[in-house]
Amino acid sequence: MAELLRVTTEGLYCEAGDFFIDPWRPVARAVITHGHADHARGGCASYLASVDGLPVLRARLGADAPISTVAYGETVQLNGVHISLHPAGHILGSAQVRVEHKGDVWVASGDYKNGSDPTCLAMEPVRCRVFISESTFGLPIYRWNHDDIVRSEILDWWTECKNTGRVALLLGYSLGKAQRLLAMVGHDGPGPIVEHAAVASMTKAYREAGVALPQTRVAGEGMPEGGWAGSLVLAPPSVQGTPWIRKFGEISTAFASGWMQVRGARRRQGFDRGFVVSDHADWPGLLEVIAATGAERVLATHGQVAVLSRYLSEKGIDAGPLATRWSGETDGTESEPAP
Amino acid sequence: MKAFSTLYRTLDGSKRTNQKIAALVAYFRDCPPADAAWAIHFLSGRRIKLGVRRADIKAWAAQEADIPQWLFDESYNAVGDLAETINLIVPSGKETLGHGLTWWIEERLMPLVGATPDQQRCLLVESWKQLDPSGRFLWNKLLTGAFRVGVSRGLITRAVSEALSAPMARVEERLMGPWVPGPGLLAQLGDAASAADPASPRPFFLASPLQDKITDLGPFNEWQAEWKWDGIRCQAVRRGRRAYLWSRGEELVTEQFPEIARLVERLCHDCIIDGEIVARRDGSILPFHELQKRLGRSVVPKRILREIPVALIAYDLLEQDGTDFRDLPLSQRRGHLEELVRPVAGDQIMISPIVEGDWSELEFQRSQAAQNFAEGLMLKRKTSPYRSGRVRGDWWKWKVDPYVIDAVLVQSRRGSGRRAGVFTDHTFAVWKNGVLVPVASAYSGLTDAEMKELNAIIKNSGLEQFGPVRTVKPEHVFELAFEGVSRSARHRSGVALRFPRISRWRRDKVAAEADHFPALEAMITKTPVIKREITGELFPDWPGCGTDPTSQ
Repeated sequence: MAELLRVTTEGLYCEAGDFFIDPWRPVARAVITHGHADHARGGCASYLASVDGLPVLRARLGADAPISTVAYGETVQLNGVHISLHPAGHILGSAQVRVEHKGDVWVASGDYKNGSDPTCLAMEPVRCRVFISESTFGLPIYRWNHDDIVRSEILDWWTECKNTGRVALLLGYSLGKAQRLLAMVGHDGPGPIVEHAAVASMTKAYREAGVALPQTRVAGEGMPEGGWAGSLVLAPPSVQGTPWIRKFGEISTAFASGWMQVRGARRRQGFDRGFVVSDHADWPGLLEVIAATGAERVLATHGQVAVLSRYLSEKGIDAGPLATRWSGETDGTESEPAP
Repeated sequence: MKAFSTLYRTLDGSKRTNQKIAALVAYFRDCPPADAAWAIHFLSGRRIKLGVRRADIKAWAAQEADIPQWLFDESYNAVGDLAETINLIVPSGKETLGHGLTWWIEERLMPLVGATPDQQRCLLVESWKQLDPSGRFLWNKLLTGAFRVGVSRGLITRAVSEALSAPMARVEERLMGPWVPGPGLLAQLGDAASAADPASPRPFFLASPLQDKITDLGPFNEWQAEWKWDGIRCQAVRRGRRAYLWSRGEELVTEQFPEIARLVERLCHDCIIDGEIVARRDGSILPFHELQKRLGRSVVPKRILREIPVALIAYDLLEQDGTDFRDLPLSQRRGHLEELVRPVAGDQIMISPIVEGDWSELEFQRSQAAQNFAEGLMLKRKTSPYRSGRVRGDWWKWKVDPYVIDAVLVQSRRGSGRRAGVFTDHTFAVWKNGVLVPVASAYSGLTDAEMKELNAIIKNSGLEQFGPVRTVKPEHVFELAFEGVSRSARHRSGVALRFPRISRWRRDKVAAEADHFPALEAMITKTPVIKREITGELFPDWPGCGTDPTSQ
């Protein structure tokens, strides 16, 4: 059987339908799984994305980017190829791309997680013959705790910061992670929530899409009454070590990422605290989703490609690597492109 | 275990000395005395030899987690710490026994000693199920001998002295040398009556690197200059008729240097001598890696004893017949030292020669240091007392400028601990007959930013998919600095570099422009001879000595 999807110099290509999924170079037709910079790049002649993700994608690609949208589950036809998007549970509007041609079904996962997230629809595994799966956290050391546990860890730390007159600086991706953290802490925090401008513009897009989030203020609007101390500041990891954080005075710095599972990663980057919260599937999550797709063949991309392929092969699944340029969750040492 | 976990979390999470001390003091005051003793034992870097094979631990953990061994190993490579890997992978039980640190050590670690692998496995698996995650992490750390947290000896000393309201100096002395953990330890550390173990060394006085110009140190005649030897710092303690040799890490190395111990026993007085042990054959100091053959073995084979003769170069005297000399000026201590050592001085014990001259003569002598297999010069203020620890101002080390070569990065390995998962241990090669020959491994010297950049390059250019080592496309050139080169049969390249480190990234160079092997060979130090007269005569049975000196 011919390969329905394959990697070219431009990106993951469907020849039968003549379109790309999350291309890394400008192309004529791009199907976009979600708004993170390594997946949604500018310059394409037309985009197809989920309707839930439109405000986010607009904030990233510009107000006049040529974006068409479909609802989850709705099918689009291109040269006899059926394309549909399905919730990936990664961030607001994130989708898996199901591609069907002459009875053969492939699914490209984009980034996904199958845990709970109040800011987006839960991941829905889709039956397919070939599943292209991300593998960012494809090692058995990565197992996430329930959100409730992380939530109380964050609130405890914030309270401790407030009691010692410090600012709680919580670093996380400005798109997705920051809004999930906002939704997690909700209105229960001991002080005001302040956002970095990059976070605020994404929060605005989430609000426009109808996601309920607690009240926040933008750092640039000036100091809250009673000073910065005791507030929770949400910012992208790239602010670490920049003059921007000086105005807050005494701070305790925490990073919210799946990488914080490993102690060495936290210590190396000098974070005071690390909260293990990720928008990617953990090890049991990857295996669970792969099993639920019923796929007879799995192509692993970005992350622990070799490990996941070998493990699945030993379990009798036809598995191998697919070389893409998506990066998954970076460990905070690489800067996130500006929105 | 809970209290110890809490203490560990505070020590690990805090950068503030006062916070760390407060946590230690509170722990020492509140916990059972036996727990405090074990905590001091492990916090000060001591271990217990349990005799459990690492490979076994890994196999049992993989079986408990129900994953293939290769997947466990791959996870270990990503984490870089066995204790933590086990903690993250092996399912933890719900049951937590309410036992303290001492119980977990004496009932669950000590019984591992001498047990069969099956018995060991039972103890491990049982314990993994019964500890909560934070306690299990620590217990694993003790098990694997990798317990470390940012606490210095000085910090522990301060905390113990504060907890006991005992003088720092007393606690510091008692913490040196041999003591065993037990319920009585804390009291023993603080009790004014009980004397420090007589065979203990004293806190070492450490020199600081000289950064100023030597002429800023004032008149030359206020200073005493000696060679800085490339050996092992050692305090030789003589008590009764027995000698104890202590390394700077406060490990007993008496067994590794029996010939020196025998000579120290032959001295006429009980004493504590500070000096350097070097490998020395036919009047020449041998490279440091020769000396290393004496270390790390419980019994030194006869062949090594014969092939690698050693000598103690004595340079200070801290105590004689129970009298503490440490507050005397160096010039007086030196006088006493010469008097004490001269009768036995010879090939195996010698007095550190004084380098004479003036500041400009010293500049010249320093440039010649490599010829003596010395690392440079030591400058000590003649009026200086023997201080404790690294105190600036009185003792300076003035090292020779390092050698440098440009070498090509060919291989990288992931580090462990703080460097876990990051490619930080690099192998470098130079050209020899058209191929690159690895000559050195180095892991320090890059800035954080450079380290990040290099890590990303290696991640993307590696050929292997598994394991901790990546072969790197040979296209990045680095300047390496090192202290010397010597011939070595143990190294495939035939040469050994002393203390290599990365001095800078030569982005301006391509691989073809790296150095060639003959350049390294040219740096090999010629068979060195100590130029100054430093030997006395050896008196195997010096009259009046060696019968029973204590009865004199």
